[in-house]
Amino acid sequence: MFRWILISTLMLAGQAVLLANTFRVCKTCPASSVREAIRQARPCDTIFVETGIYKEGNILIDKELTLIGNGRPVLDGEGKTEIVTIAANHVHFEGFVIKNVGTSYSEDRAGIRVKEASDFYVKNCRVENAFFGIYLQKSKNGIIEGNEVVGEAKDEVSSGNAIHLWYCNNVLIINNKTIGHRDGIYLEFVNFSTVQGNFSERNVRYGLHFMFSNDDIYRGNTFYNNGAGVAVMYSKRIGMFANEFKNNWGPAAYGLLLKEIHDGQIEGNTFQENTVGIFAETSNRIVYSKNQFIQNGWALKISGGCQMNNLTNNNFIGNSFDLAVHSAGTDNKFDGNFWSDYAGYDLDHNGIGDVPHRPMKLFSYVVSKTPESLVLLRSLFVDILNFSEKVSPIFTPENVVDNQPLLKTVDSQRWTVDNDTAPVHPLSSTVNR
Amino acid sequence: MLKILKYSFYDLIRSRWTYSYGGFYLLFTLSLLWLSNDLSKVVISLMNVVLLLCPLIATMFGVMYYYNSREFTELLLAQPVRRTSIFLGQYLGVAGSLSASWIIGVGVPFALYGVFGSEQAGNFAMLLFVGVVLSFVFSAMAFFIALKNENRIKGFGLAILAWLFFAVIYDGLLLLSLSLLTEYPLEKFSLIASMLNPIDLSRILILLKLDVSALMGFTGAVFRKFLGTGLGMGVAFAVLGLWVVGPVMGIRRVAGRKDF
Repeated sequence: MFRWILISTLMLAGQAVLLANTFRVCKTCPASSVREAIRQARPCDTIFVETGIYKEGNILIDKELTLIGNGRPVLDGEGKTEIVTIAANHVHFEGFVIKNVGTSYSEDRAGIRVKEASDFYVKNCRVENAFFGIYLQKSKNGIIEGNEVVGEAKDEVSSGNAIHLWYCNNVLIINNKTIGHRDGIYLEFVNFSTVQGNFSERNVRYGLHFMFSNDDIYRGNTFYNNGAGVAVMYSKRIGMFANEFKNNWGPAAYGLLLKEIHDGQIEGNTFQENTVGIFAETSNRIVYSKNQFIQNGWALKISGGCQMNNLTNNNFIGNSFDLAVHSAGTDNKFDGNFWSDYAGYDLDHNGIGDVPHRPMKLFSYVVSKTPESLVLLRSLFVDILNFSEKVSPIFTPENVVDNQPLLKTVDSQRWTVDNDTAPVHPLSSTVNR
Repeated sequence: MLKILKYSFYDLIRSRWTYSYGGFYLLFTLSLLWLSNDLSKVVISLMNVVLLLCPLIATMFGVMYYYNSREFTELLLAQPVRRTSIFLGQYLGVAGSLSASWIIGVGVPFALYGVFGSEQAGNFAMLLFVGVVLSFVFSAMAFFIALKNENRIKGFGLAILAWLFFAVIYDGLLLLSLSLLTEYPLEKFSLIASMLNPIDLSRILILLKLDVSALMGFTGAVFRKFLGTGLGMGVAFAVLGLWVVGPVMGIRRVAGRKDF
């Protein structure tokens, strides 16, 4: 009996596909508003929206529809409402410009909201001047691709996130641009998702922000000049590959902030000109490998409660401080990295220095004890101090040592997004569906 | 006084020490600029040099010049010229010629590389200013020490010690006290303590101009907040001014009483 029901349902569905209609929306078409077209349409229909400005308030997509904007039609919210709400499965939404979502302190208004839906596809939209840009709640199995979300956020309180995910599963966020919001991309309770090839700039808080999200991957993203590049907090098994963290510069800025992160993998990333490249707090069993730390204030700051981390095959070039480890006595490993201020030699020419390197300078140890002593930064006394400590280490933690310092930089050209060894998200093959 | 100043100044300007001093800066700055081509990085490298070399050379030069021109000074003392104008003239001659070497040695290469009109102009001006002030401070200190001590060896020793104190030992003591008092809020203390040392104050003035200051975290923010205001800058310049005026008053006092 059930089989018959199943088969007849499938046949009906097939019929529906075969009978799918297309609608056009323009000023002179039978359907002159997007709302009207959606009302008339049946599941699996396609709606083409032509160029124009549509001021229709909130547009609710409650059917299985494909909406495609031809020539970038504008949906203008006039600063009053949320604009597009997707509340059905299998919605394809592409090629719109969405403008003017008003700031609200009582509700999280968004340019595009995906509400308890699955198999959605939001592509090539531009969201301007929105409170929240693209907001996904309790949704799964979707793709957010090639969108631009541009805002003019001034401070954290009066701005929302560009792409915001809350309780989502298996979402692919790929090749988006997020500029000038609170967080570029925000993930809270989001599992098994991939964030790839995005660009975050000038966001007031973080370029990318994970909270309570497990088993996610982000790779090949660029984080430039945000309040802080990426914050990964209270999450497990996050893979971070081939990202660029640049110019996150300021008294409280980080390239990457790790807080209570376990079993993560940080590989092939570039940290350049950040005040602090990576700041890790209570983060355990993380593998740092093949990363570039170039001209940061601190390349890597590991504060208390970080254990069993493994740092290997990284390049540390021209940082003011390569490493600051706050707590001694933890079993973190620092072997096999390249340090630009390594002064040892290699008699047997095997590429590994014969003298262990202590990447933590005495001054960096002193600063971790008394932060105020930073007033002596770049003074002659500090240079003398560091030199004497280097000659005979007494104060710097015994176990913060690289026993196999490399003499040549690790070749990192191979570590780009195309690299086969980085795990591939199951959904990424379906991007061009 | 002006005549003596002029005489000392021309005397020094013609000496090969001044030439080599100026030439060193010229070569050094040129090679730095040639190597890195990045004005802001060169400013940082030069900062390390100015903080170390300007005080040291000014100290050495001051002491040397005083002891070397002693006979001439005695000759002048026999003439109807006021004592203070003799010594102040000589001092200003030394400090002036050192500053001229510094400004020309560093200024010419930077001007060639087009610092004026670039965004580094402000930082560069601060660097030049700091170099000049340090030359004035430390040659005054050297003159004062030399005047106090007839014994050349003792004078030299004390002058070098004074330099060593401000360049190195002071920072050591500061670091020690900071780490001993780490339980207490130390921002104000460190602010005041580093204000009291001309080298530290100069270093911080330059650091705050550069974006390295972001490294200084909360303490840096306190400094920036204080020195960012007109009052703070005023206080900083006043302190630097005091560091010139203090030893000069000392020179006047000692010169007035000294029995030659």
